[in-house]
Amino acid sequence: METFVNAVLLTLLAFATLGVIWQRSLFGVVILAGIYSFLMASVLIVLDAVDVAMTEASVGAGISTIVLLATLFLTQSRENPRPRNVLLPLFVAASVGAALIWGTFSLPPFGVADAPIHQHTVPYYLHQSINDTGVPNVVTAVLADYRGYDTLGEVTVIFTAGIGVMVLLRGRRRRDKKGGSAAS
Amino acid sequence: MKLDVILRVGVKLILPSLLLFALYVHFHGDYGPGGGFQAGVMSAAMVILYGLIFGIKAAKRVVPQGLVERMVPLGVLVYLSAGIPALFEGHHFLDYGVLSHDPVHGHEYGILLVETGVLITVSSTMTAIFYAFAERGRS
Amino acid sequence: MIVLEELVARYNYLITIFLMVSGLYIVIAHGNMIKKLVGLALFQTSVYLLYIAPGKIIGGTAPIVDPAYSVYSNPLPHVLILTAIVVGVATLALGLALVVRIHEAYGTIEEDEIFSKDGEI
Repeated sequence: METFVNAVLLTLLAFATLGVIWQRSLFGVVILAGIYSFLMASVLIVLDAVDVAMTEASVGAGISTIVLLATLFLTQSRENPRPRNVLLPLFVAASVGAALIWGTFSLPPFGVADAPIHQHTVPYYLHQSINDTGVPNVVTAVLADYRGYDTLGEVTVIFTAGIGVMVLLRGRRRRDKKGGSAAS
Repeated sequence: MKLDVILRVGVKLILPSLLLFALYVHFHGDYGPGGGFQAGVMSAAMVILYGLIFGIKAAKRVVPQGLVERMVPLGVLVYLSAGIPALFEGHHFLDYGVLSHDPVHGHEYGILLVETGVLITVSSTMTAIFYAFAERGRS
Repeated sequence: MIVLEELVARYNYLITIFLMVSGLYIVIAHGNMIKKLVGLALFQTSVYLLYIAPGKIIGGTAPIVDPAYSVYSNPLPHVLILTAIVVGVATLALGLALVVRIHEAYGTIEEDEIFSKDGEI
């Protein structure tokens, strides 16, 4: 049953992506990207990744959509003309796809419990985290305790991006055409 | 906005429960799905929703821009302050065992402090990004 | 026929690669900057799926330790992807701020129009 629901949701994801490629109006593209994020969050719940699904739904379908709509409002761009030549990007994309599909033939089948990914450090995390930290959610324990240094780097990246956006967009919009990159 | 009575009343009903749910997700991140990131984004979504319906000036009266700008580095400092006490005791950086009488309790306090730092930074960064984009168009 | 059987058993990975390749195609082929950034976000999301799908155990549950369950899905990819999602939205916001400034400087966000205007400013 899980694999059937998974297959249906993944097919809907593929259709949403085709919609993003073919859609000319940018507002439609932004709304389809929000739909894509919600479908991705549903797929992640079926794959038992509940923390990741909550983050993807709130960040991908919430903050991403807001920021994209704000950019559409500021740039007032309606549609984009036809891409100039389609054959070379299509060929590059198709060859990359074929190489990746050939690569997945050597991956272990989906869902078995003795794949190498489940072997080395993960049994330690699953059995010892409740004794070391007293926290039942293994993902929070690994994120904040066993791999806390990576989370420190991530918080610094978020901080840097916030500072960067504030530096770029503080102040009013410059109406004059000359003096192109006027500092705000 | 002309036909905004339904939106105003509906949003006023939703906003307090949104903030409450964000805090619930943060504090219960140990026992269920959740944690600092999701809670931070949800509290930023509360401020953004308020700003979308009632206007940017009203949102800036509730959450001033100076406060948001000061909260962005404050979260990083809270995160670091959970790791510094271990250096004074001779252990490694970010070793939470020294924060309490017992290593297991120390790890629990350390995780909670670290997640609070993440909550502060993520919510204020998303709010600051929204304020920056909204302010640019009002000339 | 064996190839067809293998493809059906690996439907997850097929769709992940299709999403990745279409995100790549949008970034390369389309000239509008906002659409390029949306394509980049699609590409990043497909990479999340590529990491999390091998961690699933059929019959397992979410990795929250509880006495009633014994088989859990792999928590390690969840940790890595949580970081990646938030970093992805931070870079998307920064990229869109740059797009806003480019529009104010050049008046357009189409790539070929910017290249043709670039000699004048």
